[in-house]
Amino acid sequence: MINIALPKGRLGEKAYGIFEQAGFECPSIHEESRKLIFENAEKGVRYFWVKPSDVVIYVERGAADIGIAGKDIILEYQPDIYELADLGIGKCRMAVAAKKDFVDRRDRTLRVATKFPNIAKSYYASLSREIDIIKLNGSIELAPILGLSDVIVDIVETGKTLLENDLEPKSDIVPISARLVSNKVSYKFKNERIRGICEQINEVLKARA
Amino acid sequence: MNFSEAVLKNDEKAIFQLRELYNQYGYSLYKVSKFEEYDLYARNKNFLVSQNILSFTDTNGKLMALKPDVTLSIIKNIPDHDTVTHKFCYNETVYRTSTDSDGFREIMQTGLECIGAIDLYAECEVIMLAMRSLQTISNAYILDLSHMGMLEGLLEEAGITGADRTDFIHLIESKNTHSLMALCQAKKISETMQENLRTLTELYLPIRQALPVLKGILIGTKMQQAYESLQSICQVMEQYSLADHLYLDFSVVNDVNYYDGICFKGFVHEIPESVLSGGRYDRLLHRLEKKSGAIGFAVYLDRLERLEDGAASTVYDADVVLQYEQGTDAKKILEVQSSLHREGKRVITLSSFDPALRYRQLMKLTNGGIEILETND
Repeated sequence: MINIALPKGRLGEKAYGIFEQAGFECPSIHEESRKLIFENAEKGVRYFWVKPSDVVIYVERGAADIGIAGKDIILEYQPDIYELADLGIGKCRMAVAAKKDFVDRRDRTLRVATKFPNIAKSYYASLSREIDIIKLNGSIELAPILGLSDVIVDIVETGKTLLENDLEPKSDIVPISARLVSNKVSYKFKNERIRGICEQINEVLKARA
Repeated sequence: MNFSEAVLKNDEKAIFQLRELYNQYGYSLYKVSKFEEYDLYARNKNFLVSQNILSFTDTNGKLMALKPDVTLSIIKNIPDHDTVTHKFCYNETVYRTSTDSDGFREIMQTGLECIGAIDLYAECEVIMLAMRSLQTISNAYILDLSHMGMLEGLLEEAGITGADRTDFIHLIESKNTHSLMALCQAKKISETMQENLRTLTELYLPIRQALPVLKGILIGTKMQQAYESLQSICQVMEQYSLADHLYLDFSVVNDVNYYDGICFKGFVHEIPESVLSGGRYDRLLHRLEKKSGAIGFAVYLDRLERLEDGAASTVYDADVVLQYEQGTDAKKILEVQSSLHREGKRVITLSSFDPALRYRQLMKLTNGGIEILETND
């Protein structure tokens, strides 16, 4: 049995669609219920929905053998796992954004509001820039508007939310998409199964491309 | 002293079994102090698994550290020989900061070091002992073997150097082939080299089957030498009948500043992270201006807590709760208790007890006699 952690929400549903197309369907997942775990014993798969940022924790600690996680989460938490495939869904980018009229002055410490402090720290460290990290858990766009921070480091999909708030992306940090990840020990002891799933998913991705 | 193994926890059992195993091969127990001068670690920080060191000032104002690692303490004190070999095993507590919090952890570690003249036999003996150590922990075990020379050789031949090297190694470590291929294209690596890098990253097979695959991508002397070394190891491991559990996996990477030659990680089915790690670390000794070679490994005993205890004894606090009525003759209590002990039972004797206590059998002892009140099994 392969335990698969899917991120709750639209991305997870899309990812499940790929698994379904690859031949690892689990019809009970579509039924309205309060169940947390969905199993198809015949196909040897068991799915469960978890908070997107928790997927890598379930996988790293072996509660899930494989899972679907955003590259943003992988970069932020740096879990000790294998990244086996890029699903090419949930595409967006990690970017620095600020008010349209913001002028970056190198003579002072930059105040950065973000949900992703590690990504922000390593990005600015690569620029040898001194920053003051302000860790927020939501509504990041508010920070520069209210003067809480100079810039934000956040996920940008279309840039619409930024635009509506009089903000704009200033520079891109890294492209983001959903990745198939695996626990290292599961990869060893369930190698044939995990490789099989991986290959079939790659077939689906090729056909879609 | 005779005692039942059932009273031991998995990690405690492993300590004794592994020490016996290492002693059989002449590894003598080496005891090191809890404390070392901070400087020893500061100079070799990247060698440590966790680079945050717990430090304190001693009464003379010298900066000291709670030892985060045993290897450095051992090699520091070993006479430098490249013709004589020393074999030591240890069982020590190391202190590390925890990655999940700002706190720190005490970790029980056991392992061995073979220092001096390291030849093929010495290398194979250490790999064999690593595999037997895993076997002691679980029958479902795998040792993943890698060779730094193979990895370095391929990166050199592909012209990957400097900061790029770290990026490439990081992607190989996470078997991230899709990003690796994208990076190859960005760095204009030739197609043949791209395919070789892909093969090396994706390779995961028992050593016997992996070697022919590896042979197909050999370029240059460094890779050739690494291949020959792996081939010889495979032959010896076959002789030990251990080759089926030995896999080649180049996602096992150690710091190139300290390690060269083979490196390995051990896994057991029941534990979702590695339980053993080791390799050839001649470069560390050279950095410490010693000319000896060295190879060793450590077993992370704290991780064995995740193993299921086979014995049902752990489900119960005792086999028998012997409850006596106030005023019962103490001599009689002792007599009954002794007879139960002679039957090999674990007995808790008291006059009143916590209802949460888990027991197989509840016996009541009065001056009139013994009565079995409850049996759970």
